[in-house]
Amino acid sequence: MEANIAIPTDGKETWSGGGVKPFGASYGKMMMWFFIVSDALTFTGFLAAYGLTRFKFIDSWPIADEVFTHFPGLHGVHAPMYYVALMTFILIVSSVTMVLAVDAGHQMKQKKVAWYMFATIIFGIIFVGSQAWEWKNFINGSYGAVKTTDGKILQFVKDGHQIALSDFVVGERTDGRVQHKRENGLWFEKEAAVSTYSIAQIQEAYSSNSDIQIRSELIDATTKQKRILSREEGLAQLAKTKLVVEGANLKVNEYGNTIFADFFFFITGFHGFHVFSGIIINIIIFFNVILGTYERRGHYEMVEKVGLYWHFVDLVWVFVFTFFYLV
Amino acid sequence: MAHAHESSKKRIWIVLILLTVITTVEVALGIVKPASLYLTSILGTSPLNWIFIILTLVKAYYIAWAFMHLEGEKKWFRRSIVWTAVFLICYLITLMLIEGGYLHSTLAPLVKW
Repeated sequence: MEANIAIPTDGKETWSGGGVKPFGASYGKMMMWFFIVSDALTFTGFLAAYGLTRFKFIDSWPIADEVFTHFPGLHGVHAPMYYVALMTFILIVSSVTMVLAVDAGHQMKQKKVAWYMFATIIFGIIFVGSQAWEWKNFINGSYGAVKTTDGKILQFVKDGHQIALSDFVVGERTDGRVQHKRENGLWFEKEAAVSTYSIAQIQEAYSSNSDIQIRSELIDATTKQKRILSREEGLAQLAKTKLVVEGANLKVNEYGNTIFADFFFFITGFHGFHVFSGIIINIIIFFNVILGTYERRGHYEMVEKVGLYWHFVDLVWVFVFTFFYLV
Repeated sequence: MAHAHESSKKRIWIVLILLTVITTVEVALGIVKPASLYLTSILGTSPLNWIFIILTLVKAYYIAWAFMHLEGEKKWFRRSIVWTAVFLICYLITLMLIEGGYLHSTLAPLVKW
């Protein structure tokens, strides 16, 4: 019996490990598993950092089902989490078509493998598209809010429900503020989009509508709802406004803590990038299947290996879904 | 690959149904948020959160064992993957969450609402 050590080869066996199969797993499959373990730890690092930050701001963290409330075709309908549930389902179905492709590969059914791979790619593309739509809604925002000089986000509510700035501020922006562009200002400086309304307009609209209240970021421990301020308290807070916030980006976030937006972009973005690269790899393997590469090779283990990666992406999403949207 | 040529389609469909049902239950609970589960606390967080975490681990188990076919691998190959990952993940999560709680208890009194 030979020892399992690296043996100089003529190069043809680099990716097969020279036929040595410790634990009955081929070289490629084992390396894929080692990669998956290390990638799992990377995602753990991100989610653990999210957990740390969330615990740090436990009394003011945004409530997920007040943030992700959109569903395609349902405008203005409060639909918390339906869309992300659908996305989860799509990814699970794509995992099933992938495992069916692997199964068909074991039986050497080339056509079936090709069709299941094709379905997997399509579902993957739908998932990435859905994530892009989710990002679009998050970036554009739904209500608008203001940020105070001490960094707090103030939202507006009427009868306990959040309302948009345009629901109570009437008319166009009145102070005639001009967007700073390269053409009309310093050529080396840009300015972020000018908000729809000025601060003074919002303060004025709040004062003249006695049924509007301000909601702070602070979570009431007994009801687990964001605390709604009295009219007077609200007026005092609103006087400290320094910025009108519409939507979310890496610097401001109308839903609350900016770092919530940062983590959302980073973690779902990193996961989305994994899905994207998974689609590319799947497409390469799909063409190899069609060209009969694995038929000639005598086995479809390559499909199994990319399948492992694809399932791993699904596995990560299960955790992202739980810790970003549910818990 | 001891049973390389027999099809395991039935098991695949059962797992799909299971994962779908679990996800549906999670989303339904997340939308309804029953007060008895949501507003009470057990072992540091609400029972609802514990339900979510346990259901997630159940889903992860089925994805890893059925879809990634860990159940068909040699026992110690499976353990070299699962035990390593589970140990390191638990270790990191525990330290980070303890540290997060400490940051909150230190900083929260300094924030004026």
